[in-house]
Amino acid sequence: MKSTVLSLLISLLMIATGFSQSESLKNSFERGKTIYTDFCVTCHLPNGEGVKDVNPPLAKSDYLIKNREASIRGIKFGQQGELTVNGKKYNSIMAPMGLSDNEVADVMNYITNSWGNKNDKMITKEEVTKIKK
Amino acid sequence: MKQTNFILALLLITCLSCAQQVESEIKVESPASLNYTTEIIVPDMNIPWGMAFLPDGSMLITEKSGELIHFKNGEKIKIGGLPEIYVRGQGGFMDIKLHPDYTNNGWIYFSYASSEGEGDGGNTAIMRAKLNANTLIEKQVLYKANPNTTKGQHFGSRIEFDNEGFLYFSIGERGERDINPQDITRDCGKIYRLYDDGRIPGDNPFINSPNAKKAIYSYGHRNPQGMLKNPETGEIWVHEHGPQGGDEINIIQKGKNFGWPLISYGINYDGTSFTDLTSKEGMEQPLFYWIPSIAPSGFAFVTSDKYPDWNGNLLVGSLKFQYLERLVLENGKVIKREKLFDKIGRVRDVVQAPDGYIYVAVEGKGILKIVPKN
Repeated sequence: MKSTVLSLLISLLMIATGFSQSESLKNSFERGKTIYTDFCVTCHLPNGEGVKDVNPPLAKSDYLIKNREASIRGIKFGQQGELTVNGKKYNSIMAPMGLSDNEVADVMNYITNSWGNKNDKMITKEEVTKIKK
Repeated sequence: MKQTNFILALLLITCLSCAQQVESEIKVESPASLNYTTEIIVPDMNIPWGMAFLPDGSMLITEKSGELIHFKNGEKIKIGGLPEIYVRGQGGFMDIKLHPDYTNNGWIYFSYASSEGEGDGGNTAIMRAKLNANTLIEKQVLYKANPNTTKGQHFGSRIEFDNEGFLYFSIGERGERDINPQDITRDCGKIYRLYDDGRIPGDNPFINSPNAKKAIYSYGHRNPQGMLKNPETGEIWVHEHGPQGGDEINIIQKGKNFGWPLISYGINYDGTSFTDLTSKEGMEQPLFYWIPSIAPSGFAFVTSDKYPDWNGNLLVGSLKFQYLERLVLENGKVIKREKLFDKIGRVRDVVQAPDGYIYVAVEGKGILKIVPKN
């Protein structure tokens, strides 16, 4: 009996945590969308398709999904030099946007969960804070 | 049959209501022959936003991240005493311009994003100061747009003087398309005019309008990042970023409305339309508009005998397509466009210096000088 109650409690707790994580991801995603419209859309365009030969796509971008840390670093500190996205080389420059660590996490949660991208592990402020130049 | 007609009509209406864009009539071409090349003068810069040339031939260069570089005898000297700069989105340390009588008065003018004043975030400020022992002194804030906002867009901020010594500068609409540009009681989305010491001229167009920002000279602008004095007419010309399509060249006139966002040749980034109008009575038409957008920054009018075949032409940097654009004018119209130095990098600024050479500021590279081949 005791063990049943315990397991019930544990499952409830798990559901609750799961729920709160998806809620906080949803909120972060929404905030990230606003930041995207403000800071990113000019170059990466509304559907993350980028500009041919100039600004790499974010939609279905192998770089973004495989290089989580480097992507965060790029947004946090700016990005310069050659990089390959979906087999194509880009060599442009992205200025540091002056976003707070919270905002970097939000916009990462937005772009890694939009336009066919899927990211199961939510990016937190703490993760962004840890990443140094 | 009737039904087919109806369906056809419906289809037609549907197509017409999609935001259609027609490319600029004058298309950009690669030059048939180019007599010039570039050589790097100042290497290793991130975002050189503006540049000014001192009488001794040395150069002042702003870095958007908030540094002022004095480039002299091949050496970069970092200037101290800068105001506090709000670096976010498109904002930071931006344009720099010498007073027309710099030799006698030493005044240097510059624009930057500042968080002083009302509200969170920042907005464009104009300051003048003098240079003494690698430090800015006698700093005076001549204008600060309010309120602040944390939005990342559209600081404008190019600076120019006209023949009478009036100071002009641009402030973009700061991401508030539907609030700022058409309202003369609000800052942003405007061209401003001041005396060189920051006083507001008594004949500014809105000096007697209730609650107006009295420094406004023209309004209905989006984000002008190029400004020059036409040496032939003395007029102030700007170019400004459109949204998707619809970058414009405008001739600034006192008190005039340049229409943003009520009229525009551009559409939203997502392809939808925000206005059906490209012209309206009481609103000015551009001298030229770009479709697709080139993302123009930096603006120069060539008069130097170093480039005889470019005399009277306009030069515009393209951030988006990473080249320098040459526009040939005839009877007040653009008749030819040429793509110079394709793939050179994001061109942020272009200036014809007192030595007669044209210098180009390129992001991620530095300052390049355009020189004759051989």
